Amino acid sequence: MLTAAIIAILVTMLLALIRIFLGPTEYDRMLAANSFGTKTVLLIALAGYVLQWNSYLDVALLYALLNFVGTIAVMRFFEYRNALEGRDDPESVV
Amino acid sequence: MTAILELVSAICLLLGSVLCVTGGIGLLRMPDFFSRVHASGVTETLAAPLLLAGLALQMDWSLDLVKVAMILILVLATNPTATHAMAKATLHGGQRPLELDRDRSTGGEGASKP
Amino acid sequence: MLIAVAAIRLSDLFAVVMLFGVYSLLTAALFMDLDAVDVAFTEAAVGAGVTTVLMLSSLHLTKRWEALPRRNPVLSLIVVSVTGAALVYAVLDAPGLGDPSAPVHQHVTPRYIEQGQAEVGMPNLVTAVLASYRGYDTFGETVVIFAAGLAVMLLLGIKDDPRLRPGESAIGGDQLVLRSVTKVLIPLILLYGLYVQFHGDFGAGGGFQAGVIFATAFVLYDLVFGEGAARAVVPPGWLHRLAALGVLIYGGVGVYSLLAGRPFLDYSALADDPVHGQHLGVLLVELGVGIAVFSVVLLIFYAFAGRSRSHR
Repeated sequence: MLTAAIIAILVTMLLALIRIFLGPTEYDRMLAANSFGTKTVLLIALAGYVLQWNSYLDVALLYALLNFVGTIAVMRFFEYRNALEGRDDPESVV
Repeated sequence: MTAILELVSAICLLLGSVLCVTGGIGLLRMPDFFSRVHASGVTETLAAPLLLAGLALQMDWSLDLVKVAMILILVLATNPTATHAMAKATLHGGQRPLELDRDRSTGGEGASKP
Repeated sequence: MLIAVAAIRLSDLFAVVMLFGVYSLLTAALFMDLDAVDVAFTEAAVGAGVTTVLMLSSLHLTKRWEALPRRNPVLSLIVVSVTGAALVYAVLDAPGLGDPSAPVHQHVTPRYIEQGQAEVGMPNLVTAVLASYRGYDTFGETVVIFAAGLAVMLLLGIKDDPRLRPGESAIGGDQLVLRSVTKVLIPLILLYGLYVQFHGDFGAGGGFQAGVIFATAFVLYDLVFGEGAARAVVPPGWLHRLAALGVLIYGGVGVYSLLAGRPFLDYSALADDPVHGQHLGVLLVELGVGIAVFSVVLLIFYAFAGRSRSHR
């Protein structure tokens, strides 16, 4: 059953990867990358238990935190171009 | 007792996998960004705890179990926050949800709120 | 490999950065499979968190789309091919991967594996090799990190942008949910960083990973709570001193051993019982590494992210 779950997670990761390539807008790519990261956490947790990796839960925990930080970082640095119209100094929206 | 735990664990894993793949398919098939956020964010926030709970039920009482519980709570807390922040920021950035045709003769409801 | 090829071919650099993040975490999973947990840890910490943030912030200052090459790349191709061929030719003589009759597997590795537990006394052999047997190399790495931070400070510096408005986040919308959750999350990340720092003796972890995790917590604070918010909490002046302090702690342990009459960085000079000395030495050394890595990563983040477009 665990193996089936791991395969399901891998399939979902592949689907998210396709969305990263396809995504017409950058927002889609951000969403798919976040989803990919969450699936990776699950993959490491489950596969680590099955394959008996060493300290796999530490890595999974770390990656859950970092996935969040990475998503926030992408949001902060992505230019929301439409938000620049109507503001007095467009350069200050960093 | 062990048999019941195994059964519950298998059910959790099965449900989690189904939700996971459903979320992935939704990510691909939905027509615009906001419906994709909904598809992926909601299903994955449930799929992750289910899968982790299924894993936890198969472990003995140990430090590993506590760590799995921590990962579960963490994902449960951060995944909705991240998708919510994404949707809000995108809305702020000017993207609008896809709207259905308003002049359909059958009812006329169903246009999503901007 | 598919991802690497795609990353080279795409000219939308934003997508490339995200592909790099994906590539980095796939590599981390691969390292896990090869049973190299500490490496996977560092790869996940650095590649998924810090590198993505730094690349995005530098992308923010430059163009989004890759410029087309203006020169004919044939010359570069020739140089690269020749160098690559020379390297491959040099490697042909080296022992195969995992060849049990290679010299390193005959003399050095068995010594570490057999004597490591007895001499250094910690379950994580990687930390024992990193901090004790190869402590001098790790000292070099720490100095390299310090030098990188120094170079960034000299080249870029931290500009005091008067138009920065602390408290106003650049993420669009009024992100109440995000701010509330982040307030709870940041102390947990710091706590996890402490755990990783001191747990390195027993499981995966150590100074490098812990330093990066610590810095990531402050980076998250800066991202969510507005420009310059982290700078108000941890001023760059402190970080300059902390980075130097980290390297100083590491070197200080070595010098202390010298003063006690033993070789440089021989930890058995630190206590009466040599194994206790090793423990103490590894603790101090990892602390130095953690402090140095934390300060340098945060300084580099300040240098990159604090600039707005017009202040290049």
